[in-house]
Amino acid sequence: MQLIFEKHKQGRRGFCFPGPDVPLAKPLAAKYCRSKDTHIASLSELDVVRHYTNLSRLNFSVDTNFYPLGSCTMKYNPKFTERIAAFEGFSNLHPLLPQLAGGGMLAQGSLEVLYETEKFLSEITGMSAFTMQPLAGAHGELTGVMLIAAYHKNNGSRRKYVIVPDSSHGTNPASAAIAGYQVIVIPTGKDGYMDLEQYKKHLNNDVAAVMLTCPDTLGIFNPHIKEIADMAHQVGALMYYDGANLNALLGKARPGDLGFDVVHINLHKTFGTPHGGGGPGAGPVGVSEALVDFLPIPRVVRRSDATYALEYHRHKSIGYIAPFYGNFGVILKAYAYMLCLGKDGLIEAAELAVLNANYCQVMLKDHYDLAFEKNCMHECVFSAARQAKNGVHAIDIAKYLIDKGYHPPTVYFPLIVKEALMIEPTETESKETIDAFIEVMIEIAGLAKDDPIRVKQAPLHMPIKRLDETKAAREPNLRWKP
Amino acid sequence: MNIPKNLFYTKDHEWARVEGKAAYIGITDYAQSSLGDITFVGLPKEKEAVKQSEYCATVESVKAASDVYAPFSGTVISLNNELVTHPELVNQSPYEKGYFFVISLGDEVEKKNLMDADTYQRYVEGLNGGSVK
Repeated sequence: MQLIFEKHKQGRRGFCFPGPDVPLAKPLAAKYCRSKDTHIASLSELDVVRHYTNLSRLNFSVDTNFYPLGSCTMKYNPKFTERIAAFEGFSNLHPLLPQLAGGGMLAQGSLEVLYETEKFLSEITGMSAFTMQPLAGAHGELTGVMLIAAYHKNNGSRRKYVIVPDSSHGTNPASAAIAGYQVIVIPTGKDGYMDLEQYKKHLNNDVAAVMLTCPDTLGIFNPHIKEIADMAHQVGALMYYDGANLNALLGKARPGDLGFDVVHINLHKTFGTPHGGGGPGAGPVGVSEALVDFLPIPRVVRRSDATYALEYHRHKSIGYIAPFYGNFGVILKAYAYMLCLGKDGLIEAAELAVLNANYCQVMLKDHYDLAFEKNCMHECVFSAARQAKNGVHAIDIAKYLIDKGYHPPTVYFPLIVKEALMIEPTETESKETIDAFIEVMIEIAGLAKDDPIRVKQAPLHMPIKRLDETKAAREPNLRWKP
Repeated sequence: MNIPKNLFYTKDHEWARVEGKAAYIGITDYAQSSLGDITFVGLPKEKEAVKQSEYCATVESVKAASDVYAPFSGTVISLNNELVTHPELVNQSPYEKGYFFVISLGDEVEKKNLMDADTYQRYVEGLNGGSVK
């Protein structure tokens, strides 16, 4: 496929300017003029339209195909939330308005959305209050760890460590490190849970927090959560809940009841707002009563006359962590999604997410090795170790799936599973779609035995065939040059 | 799987070859084959102090980025700068041309925390739940 620069034809134009109808100004001094050619392609309007239309037809998305990318929760987002976010009353509101004198009264609807969303999330997670500011999940994590640091500092305690299991999301240790903590990684035991003996060994008065993803990245719910939380609290450490997988627990268990003190939620994963493409995302952070004072400013409050306002004077607050009030459009879509599904709908979404993943697990477990022999939650993790013996690796299976019109599952993550294939069908897919996917997965397992070369050649039907990923990483070619 | 006899090994798949008061350090054949094609090696600085079992370098492959932990404590005396432009040496020659750096050895008592080739071989077999190819 040609780049637009390669389609360039000297002298071809999409538009011709008419001659000037006013006297020409003096030409700019040479020092203000470009000395090198810009190499902007010269093309007709039709050339440009065809180029980009054809490029757009190569796009792959949830709106076109099944996308079972584990840990990422690429579920379908109902379109009505887009319509609501586009309402002029919301989309034309200037974010400074509530900060101007009297402006808050002109933004009551938006302030109410922020306030109500916070109340919903608090109820769902069992936390006391939320900040809606963080702009993505990882940003929420950093905010959460900063809140933990502020809490310990306020108690006059200087703690050095944050504990994470080796099955945690990679962003957990990164967030803890950026917030200034040293990270202690606890291995996973043979039973698929964090090794409790190792955990006890490393837990002491210098530990600021324990960060857990629940269900974890193996798609497994850890039955020892309460025990882990109690032990952490005994030494004064706080429990951090990475809510990336909250979509499995909605209405079934609340992090607050399990003993967590700080929670972040990925609205785009659990509450049906767009995901991928780098954002905009939203990673609200909820806290228990003891940490409410440290939340970022401003806070949205409901006054006694039932109006809403922004509150800035909170001297223990960690301050601003993002401009204004977060990605408001995303928060609004999540709010609309929650209102539409209601309590029963949200619970059913979680049940279907878990049911679909378990269905995939049961249907595929004779064909691929299960990472751990347990019922899964919202995602199931296989190992392609059996196929790898014939030279068919997780990456080859992924490439073959692309040929068949499926986005591959997550591969080589979690790192603790060899040749990992992590499948998350989500609640939004029908049985027919999941069955068709399972059929292809079984076909690949068969080919891995009988005709491994066929799998290793994939993709054969894509515009771009097998990429040399090693060369792309070692010698990245990031820019077209004339 | 290549596991040379004369080296010391860690559970995290680093090796060390002791030569007098110095030790060459790298990652094992098992580590390089699990990681796949290596695309980047982040080395420590010369004269930097490293501590046994603590972070000392980074290795990135097409699959993952991983920390490398020092098998021994000591001070970095020289680096294998070839790896900056040719990270594939770690895949091709993990124990020779693909070494990471050399340290001057601190406390030799630390040897007791490391595995010999036979113990490491059994350890790797245990991880695979079967025999090593």
